[in-house]
Amino acid sequence: MFLTPVVPHWPFYNLDTMFVRGLKRKCFDGEEDIEGTLAGIKAIPSYNLQRQSLLDMSLVKLQLCHMLVEPNLCRSVLIANTVRQIQEEMTQDGTWQMIHTQSTGQASLDRLVSTDILCRSSREQAEGKHVSGYSAFNKDFEGDQAQDSSETMSTASSVQAPRNLQSNVWEMENPQENKGNFQKSLDQIFETLENKSPNSVEDLFSEVDNSYYDLDTMLTGMMSNTKMGHCDGLETFSSPTATASNSNFKSDLNELDHIVEILVES
Amino acid sequence: MEGESIYEVDSGDGLGADIISTVEFNHTGELLATGDKGGRVVIFQREPESKNEPYNQGEYNVYSTFQSHEPEFDYLKSLEIEEKINKIKWLPQQNAAHSLLSTNDKTIKLWKITERDKRPEGYNLKDEEGKLKDLSTVTSLQVPVLKPMDLMVEVTPRRIFANGHTYHVNSISVNSDCETYMSADDLRINLWHLAITDRSFNIVDIKPANMEDLTEVITASEFHPHHCNLFVYSSSKGSLRLCDMRASALCDKHSKLYEEPEDPSNRSFFSEIISSVSDVKFSHSGRYMLTRDYLTVKVWDLNMETKPVETYQVHDYLRSKLCSLYENDCIFDKFECAWNGSDSVIMTGAYNNFFRMFDRNTKRDVTLEASRESSKPRAILKPRRVCVGGKRRKDDISVDSLDFTKKILHTAWHPTENIIAIAATNNLYIFQDKVNSEMH
Repeated sequence: MFLTPVVPHWPFYNLDTMFVRGLKRKCFDGEEDIEGTLAGIKAIPSYNLQRQSLLDMSLVKLQLCHMLVEPNLCRSVLIANTVRQIQEEMTQDGTWQMIHTQSTGQASLDRLVSTDILCRSSREQAEGKHVSGYSAFNKDFEGDQAQDSSETMSTASSVQAPRNLQSNVWEMENPQENKGNFQKSLDQIFETLENKSPNSVEDLFSEVDNSYYDLDTMLTGMMSNTKMGHCDGLETFSSPTATASNSNFKSDLNELDHIVEILVES
Repeated sequence: MEGESIYEVDSGDGLGADIISTVEFNHTGELLATGDKGGRVVIFQREPESKNEPYNQGEYNVYSTFQSHEPEFDYLKSLEIEEKINKIKWLPQQNAAHSLLSTNDKTIKLWKITERDKRPEGYNLKDEEGKLKDLSTVTSLQVPVLKPMDLMVEVTPRRIFANGHTYHVNSISVNSDCETYMSADDLRINLWHLAITDRSFNIVDIKPANMEDLTEVITASEFHPHHCNLFVYSSSKGSLRLCDMRASALCDKHSKLYEEPEDPSNRSFFSEIISSVSDVKFSHSGRYMLTRDYLTVKVWDLNMETKPVETYQVHDYLRSKLCSLYENDCIFDKFECAWNGSDSVIMTGAYNNFFRMFDRNTKRDVTLEASRESSKPRAILKPRRVCVGGKRRKDDISVDSLDFTKKILHTAWHPTENIIAIAATNNLYIFQDKVNSEMH
């Protein structure tokens, strides 16, 4: 077996150092236990990967709003500005332009953590070009950065004690919980999504009133119909338009996807 | 600083204590009001100093408790309106009664607090219980007299200022004219007259025509302590705007804009978020403003718009943890700041129940902890230290051991003395500096 997923942390632990520009990139140091064939591999998550994950996180935050009470407008605006900043930088980098030439590929499991699935229908409404962008960006990224990713993904937090899906995913949005531990909420949300089998991914998505995703609606907390509870939010994400079947998942596997598949099925 | 008293704000409904959401001394420091997440206000009163027991001087005890706001439901938006008290501001005392303004996200209320310690006895027509007497039993007339009774504190709502805000009210500030006050939400600031509830004037409106263009919100605002025409408001982009109400009815154009240029070497995706000002306070002198953003407190001279005159690092060791703090939402925590009575020391809260004080003159700073262990009555607070790797002294706390659920967002300083009130989740700590009790 290539991978011994025993490291109970997320490789983006060094996300913090990556995002303070001007600091030298630090090696992935031996603070964390790295076992097996991974011992000695000093993988530095690439800047693009880090930036992408920050973008993903931000979009998840925007979606995961308390809808029983009006969301905090200041927080929403700050997150939206962060998203814009990242997008602007991606445009300047030229990584954004590559996007338009790519087609929307099938969703592979690692895209569960990408903005693609989480906001496909919403972005289709608001900013059409971004939709294909995210999925294609990841696709492109996989090709170029596979080496990087495989190293980092292989140290991903993966196999942990199974936890309740609903409470996990939504712990992040509740500002009262999960404050003590830096990585726990990010761990949980990604790991939980990874642990789900492909079939249940589709179960997570169902039809929703798309007007919810209008930025104005989101920022002002206006909702036409649904009032969601904490744990119902996942069900409101609409299904991706190009959802692949299981067979497609496996047929396109490169090393990275193979690893992810192992994580999912374990 | 000595530990003085700890109060746990108890909801009294069996559900346990509630989280304190605001703390405010009145203008003499005799009263201290706290608001909590359950919409209740608890007022503490300082016991008068007694020569017989000098050590018991100045203790704060519960004076009154009342339910200020109740949860509401906005039927139009299908959303709940929290009853959490966001801010309390005392009115200057003008007669025997005390008055304060308390606000939740939408509605501001004016409460009048009165004492009753005497009651009339000896009515001719009514008996002790108020029932009409049988006139045939009345044989002589007496003059009713006032007899002392147990002190009763009555709190009545005198005004309710409702429907003034579409967005969440984050600040209220009473004008030095004692007739008007302002309330600020994320996008607008309204001016009210204390006696008029059905009308308010909008003096600042930063709502864009298209909400998709919204990039900046109002985070805090305050009237100048002496000039009734001046007020300041802070934004999520880290800027302060001083406005003069004499200039025009709508103060969208600032008179002065206070903004520090960004440090390019520290630039990151989180730069804007950590520059967002969470609190702004004028100094007692009116010459300076104190602002709090995520990592620093800054003192601004009203006469200098280009940069603050002083910057103090509150917890710079968090700078390398910003992504994690963004992930767990801590980066959006809104800390308050406070001046002491003479404007020589500033104070603000941090994590792990730590709070920090900076002496502007000596440039020394101290980190203290508000916890039950360190706060036995008359126990002296020990300075704490956060170590960032490298040499670690005994009793140091490492950055990774900090408890980010224990945050001190709300602090208040007595207007004249060295007494501070610290709200740590659902506990209220009051500390007093016995050595230098009086500051001029």
